[in-house]
Amino acid sequence: MSSITLNINNKSYAVDLDAETPLLWVLRDTIGLTGTKFGCGAGLCGACTVVIDGTATRSCQAPVSSVAGKPIMTIEGLSPDWSHPLQQAWIEEDVPQCGYCQSGQIMSAAALLAKTSKPTDADIDRAMGGNICRCGTYQRIRRAIHRAASPPSKSAELVLINQFRGGTK
Amino acid sequence: MKEIVPENGISRRSFLKTSSVSTAALIIGIASPWDLKASIQQDRTPKSVNPFPAWIRIEENGHVTLMAPRPDMGEGTLTSLPMIVAEELEVEWSTVTVEPAPVNQSVYGKQSLGGSGSITGSWQLLRQVGASARVMLIAGAAAQWNVDKDSCYAEKANVIHRPTGRKIAYGELIKKDLSSYVPLLASVPLKKSEDFKIIGKPTHKVELPAKVTGKAAFGIDVTVPGMLYAVVARCPAFGGKLVTFDATKAKAIPGVREVFAIDPVPPHTVGGIAVVADSTWQAIKGREALSIEWDSGPNGKDSSESIHAQFVSLAQKEGKVLRNDGNAPSVIDSAAKKIEATYELPFQAHATMEPLNCTAHVQPDKVEIWAATQAPDYGAGQVARIAGVPFNPQSIVFHPQLIGGGFGRRYQMDFVIEATQVSKAVGKPVKLTWTREDDMQHDFYRPASYHHMSASIDGSGRVNAWRHRVLSTSIRQYFNQSIPTPEAQEMDGAINVPYTIDNIRVEYACPQTGVPRAWWRSVADSFNGFAVESFIDELAAAAGKDPLEFRFSLLDKSKFKGKKRDDIADYDRLKNVLKLAAEKGNWGKQMPKGQGRGIAAHFSFDTYVAYVAEVTVSSNGNLKVDRVTAAVDCGQIVNPDGVKAMVEGAIVYGLSAASKDKITIAEGRVQQNNFDDYRVLRINEMPVVDVNLVASTENPTGMGEPGVPPIAPAVTNAIFAATGKRIRTLPITSQYLKSA
Repeated sequence: MSSITLNINNKSYAVDLDAETPLLWVLRDTIGLTGTKFGCGAGLCGACTVVIDGTATRSCQAPVSSVAGKPIMTIEGLSPDWSHPLQQAWIEEDVPQCGYCQSGQIMSAAALLAKTSKPTDADIDRAMGGNICRCGTYQRIRRAIHRAASPPSKSAELVLINQFRGGTK
Repeated sequence: MKEIVPENGISRRSFLKTSSVSTAALIIGIASPWDLKASIQQDRTPKSVNPFPAWIRIEENGHVTLMAPRPDMGEGTLTSLPMIVAEELEVEWSTVTVEPAPVNQSVYGKQSLGGSGSITGSWQLLRQVGASARVMLIAGAAAQWNVDKDSCYAEKANVIHRPTGRKIAYGELIKKDLSSYVPLLASVPLKKSEDFKIIGKPTHKVELPAKVTGKAAFGIDVTVPGMLYAVVARCPAFGGKLVTFDATKAKAIPGVREVFAIDPVPPHTVGGIAVVADSTWQAIKGREALSIEWDSGPNGKDSSESIHAQFVSLAQKEGKVLRNDGNAPSVIDSAAKKIEATYELPFQAHATMEPLNCTAHVQPDKVEIWAATQAPDYGAGQVARIAGVPFNPQSIVFHPQLIGGGFGRRYQMDFVIEATQVSKAVGKPVKLTWTREDDMQHDFYRPASYHHMSASIDGSGRVNAWRHRVLSTSIRQYFNQSIPTPEAQEMDGAINVPYTIDNIRVEYACPQTGVPRAWWRSVADSFNGFAVESFIDELAAAAGKDPLEFRFSLLDKSKFKGKKRDDIADYDRLKNVLKLAAEKGNWGKQMPKGQGRGIAAHFSFDTYVAYVAEVTVSSNGNLKVDRVTAAVDCGQIVNPDGVKAMVEGAIVYGLSAASKDKITIAEGRVQQNNFDDYRVLRINEMPVVDVNLVASTENPTGMGEPGVPPIAPAVTNAIFAATGKRIRTLPITSQYLKSA
């Protein structure tokens, strides 16, 4: 067991556990940040993607000791509500179906936009190729990334309110 | 807030106003029996006495909450079902809050997701429920004003007196007892479709904010105080059993608390060894440290090759004849032009993004279950059986969670049964998680199938006989070895082949295997649709006709001399989607070398879908599906954006199965483990999808599944157009295309 300090969404967390534990399970089971999802445990599906030091990282493949002290951003850190351009675009394009992969998709997209403010389709294919969606929302993900990168000049006010009660943490 | 639950039947509707709390509420509930026999088939056809209940809650401040009676696995039922109630209730959609209904069949009726039946099954009742509330509110206003209720109407959560323009809000009206105005549900007046303001309008899904912030709580996100975490080691060979195990090393892993065997519950679970720990990761490490000896059991020699050999052998003999119009065999035998082909499709996994999981807390007098499942009502019955508690809503408290993908997989209850067993054994709440490898190796797979097809073409180029011998690893037979009708869920899309051919024979035969199989998005239509729409394309080529014109010529009611069937498509609607897809998809226009366009249409779950696919095949055999133009007729559309999303998703799901990997069997077990050896479509392989919807006022029909069957044949027919190469075995491989 090791004492490790994690910097997640600009907040400091001290955890005491096996240094080899993947960051994914520390986020989910130890800290309770369940927006980051378990999908394959092998770095193949991208559901567990978080942004570490600006890079999209599969948290199921990152031993917690390897990320100690580094700035980690999870889906919960993207915005306090759903005001981040990617979240807005995701809603405008009605991207999620089941929604399970979407935390990982959005975090991969966030890392992409941080480095490439106006990505091409080829940029999107490269950056998002590691994120599987079984519901088949790829066409909308592509549209939403383009929309977030170039919001319509007269930004349409997002009138959607949270109409759903229940099913949230 | 209290609820009055009618004891039996639709005749005992209830209305309740509670004055003891500030929230006055209008509740409409319809009882249905607490029924164990929930099945997908029952879900397909709306009943005359509809089992689906609904609620409306109106508060004094005017706020309206609508209950979503079924869970949501991504198909948008949390939005589309309440939209139907809101329409008839005459409230503005943007003012409504949606709340998922708890599981209680005696109040809510059937609450499962399956058979593409959510809207189809709930449409009429949800309209009646909304309309009943509207009628009661209007009657209440008319009484207050002492005017004729026919001189009043409802709009934007107000009742308005037409002659005077006086109006009163719903929130005011519910302060008085409206219970004497309960109408007869069956005859309550429903709105005309031309007056719809919500139904038919593209509508954002209500739960989107939760799904883009990580706040959405899926089954796997549940935490319960004092909860432990578990995984189960299962025998890799189907039907195998545990001989012995040694947990010494597993118990030495920090955090591992208990390791014990759990019994199989056939045909649902295979049993195994549960490892219970303080975290999921510790449980996984504990399982890795187990030393286990398995007996691979009676199916230990099953393999993909042995199943294929059974297919080939059975295909030589006549099967069970299930449709026999005219005399197809003799017409084909004596024909001058005879065409034969065989098609083969493998087992496929569901591979939902959210791995299976369930949190269970078995207590002495009740069981609580938190699970993402397509059938919480059916699951509750299974839990009662395993936990040994009475099957009622007080003893089984089932908390349905948001579902990270279902596709049919979450109609099974294996993961719920296992979690119940483990919690019962440790006496604490337990979250059981399946790893991806568990999911890949212990699915209930789409049946493997083989199709022997023959047909004849007469001197005028018209098909005069059609014979389709379906062979598949029967779903029903997996659940009941001695069932006399293994074909019951294997024939959709084959037995009701829509083409007007005078002589049609459809047969079935069933090979034996221990591989579990069940409902996979679009079930038998997924394989029969491929065989039928591929073979019809082959016949068009053999007759020297354009594939679209050829289909039109065989969708001619006046030329049909066979027996009438009520499961056959409406020819006009089928032709209409073919025509629309062809128009929008540039059918008939020239394409460069190496590119091709293919067409296919299929009728399933009462919905009509046609695709025109455009593909590019490179010289080294690489396939790229560039574009799919879809035309869909699903009757009255509730949420057009939701329908488009279902079609986009069905294309991706079907393309993954048709062009990526398959599930193979060796030594009685599945050989695939994860997304590296069972690859699925990724964003760089996504075609441009253009969905065209047919405006219709027919009753709404299924949308979750009907988009799957026609995509594989549209693509393989396009490959034929591009290369002259027929794909008769799925999935498509570049190796095969390279040799073209």
